[in-house]
Amino acid sequence: MMAAPAMEAADAAGFTDSFSLSLEEVEEGRRIRACLQCAACSGICPFGYLMDFPPHKMISAMRAGMFEKVMGVDSLWLCVSCYACAQICPAQIPLTNGLMTRAKEEMLLTGSIPAELQEALENSQRYGNALGEPPRRRADWAMDIEPAVPILSKIKRPVEVLWFVGDYASYHPRGRQASQALARVLNRLDVDYGILGPEENSDGDSQRLAGETGLFEMLAEKNARAFGKYEFEEILTTDPHAFNALKNEYPALGISYPVAHYSQFLAGRLDRLQPLLTREIPARVAFHDPCYLGRANGIYEDPRRLLTAVPGVELVEMLHTRETSICCGGGGGGMWLDGFRWEKAHFRLSEIRVQEAIDVRADILAVTCPYEMPRFEDATKTVTGAKHLVVKDIAELLVDSLIEQG
Amino acid sequence: MNIVVPVKLVPDLVEELEIDDGGTALDTTWLRFILNEVDEHALEQALLLKESLSGTVSVISLDGEGVDDVLFASSAKGVDRLIKLTGVDYGVNVNNHAMARFYATTVRILEPDLVLVGVQAHNDLDGSLGPLLAEYVGMPYVGYVSGIAPINGRCRVRKEYPGGLIAEMDVEMPAVLGVQAAESPPRYVAISRIRQAMKTAAVDEQAAPDLDTTGGPMVDSMFKPETAERATMITGDEDEVAGRIVDLLRELGKA
Ligand code: SF4
Ligand code: SF4
Repeated sequence: MMAAPAMEAADAAGFTDSFSLSLEEVEEGRRIRACLQCAACSGICPFGYLMDFPPHKMISAMRAGMFEKVMGVDSLWLCVSCYACAQICPAQIPLTNGLMTRAKEEMLLTGSIPAELQEALENSQRYGNALGEPPRRRADWAMDIEPAVPILSKIKRPVEVLWFVGDYASYHPRGRQASQALARVLNRLDVDYGILGPEENSDGDSQRLAGETGLFEMLAEKNARAFGKYEFEEILTTDPHAFNALKNEYPALGISYPVAHYSQFLAGRLDRLQPLLTREIPARVAFHDPCYLGRANGIYEDPRRLLTAVPGVELVEMLHTRETSICCGGGGGGMWLDGFRWEKAHFRLSEIRVQEAIDVRADILAVTCPYEMPRFEDATKTVTGAKHLVVKDIAELLVDSLIEQG
Repeated sequence: MNIVVPVKLVPDLVEELEIDDGGTALDTTWLRFILNEVDEHALEQALLLKESLSGTVSVISLDGEGVDDVLFASSAKGVDRLIKLTGVDYGVNVNNHAMARFYATTVRILEPDLVLVGVQAHNDLDGSLGPLLAEYVGMPYVGYVSGIAPINGRCRVRKEYPGGLIAEMDVEMPAVLGVQAAESPPRYVAISRIRQAMKTAAVDEQAAPDLDTTGGPMVDSMFKPETAERATMITGDEDEVAGRIVDLLRELGKA
């Protein structure tokens, strides 16, 4: 039995009112009044058919003054904040950042959240990373890199680029390999960079999209304190979620720096990078557009430019590509809800994606978000005929092509 | 029903533990302290009882690193009274005997119906807190409790024994209960609510009595377990590996 939460009591109508008012505080949030009830949002939602209240039904429940019904079921946690609904909505309602995120926050404030998510949020609060790894070991991935990855607290000098590595790229075994690859690329390009190491905290964006706004703000403030200690010109991120947070969310908290995702950063230096890419990689490569690079931020070309700069690479497009890309399943707290989602859905989005890569006879599935690698690699083990499919971060492909030059 | 939950903060095992130069204690330079895991359950059980029967919940802690965070999070969850015993740091020389004596003084004044503590902590060197506290305040104690239902001035508790046995027993109140698990998992409290509590909740600071550690052990030396090299890496193709595992299991089975 769930205990009654320690929260201010509000009658159903008042609750609905305060909720819809809070939606209007989100940028362009007033547009929710223009909903046509066309249901395109729920149709394109990868989990729409499993949700008791997919976006359009949630809006109709609000209009009917029955929002408490939406709060009475847990299928909201299926939402992976993938921006597909927001992208397709003809009324341009900020469904992902507004409606879905605010509804999750409302649920979370009542204390009613799946246990796996609770653990990730508590870890983020306690250790500054959702994985519950020791903060002191945040830069361990960089230990064997030569020349050494500069840690700002140690080098004590200004740098051009502050590389914000992020949780999964710092701690997850596959993410660490991709970070090592990116460090090698940066070193080869003589980029003047540094990392925060143990002073870095989770960017907090996925925690925010899972409804934990307070935690997001706390993590952002911690990162801001670390940024404030050093001199640098721009921030480079491994993770599209961190990129999204720094670009679109941190400024509202007064934390404003020029920021680039590494695919943008490297694409901007292709004139110097391309001549170094000498080793051929003869392979059909499918690229998975991550939600927070693609739909949320409109970056589709830079990763593709990097891939086609590798000699031998034949870029192939999967059925769902660019704006219609399918989420890997990790967004909006999805990284921490795999068990919950499996119980409800009995399928994994990553498996659909891997099947699409097989369908276009790809040899390599290229990714550029640290959430994706483990998800897709797992899926290659469960999807029939996918054993040969190699999942690689773009940075890893670049290093493979650089390597002959030593 | 008035419930007191005396809590204990313990070293967080996520960071690697190191022994200090003296060789008798943990090096505290890198230690971070968190609320003892089962204390979270004691607190949750107290809140569940308060919500079903009404009453108040008070949390007491010795002062030290991280205590304010624990108190404010408790307040955000619904705890009514936050008490911090000042003038003493739980991280310095405080064993469970001393901690129980500190808490006993406050518990006597609060006259609760129930005192709920976490049943054990990983750094209990001198027995667990609950029985010591019960002795000092003269109340009965039951440990490894995973269910509490008050009936007519008594309390029916479910106590877990090793081997999957469960007993139900009645305890006179007031009593000290060592909680193993709350009836539902500790609730999540949003950071915004904790931040709100930081602004609004009052911490009742009380001077701790003098430190008295008698009864506890003297630590002569502290060291990390010496790991024996028992791991065997098996290489080869699937048949070789499977064959080798079967051989190994046979060998180990004989021993
Ligand atoms: S797609 Fe937009 S307009 Fe159509 S039902 Fe959904 S929210 Fe309403
Ligand atoms: S953000 Fe994605 S998962 Fe969430 S409701 Fe919209 S389409 Fe569905």
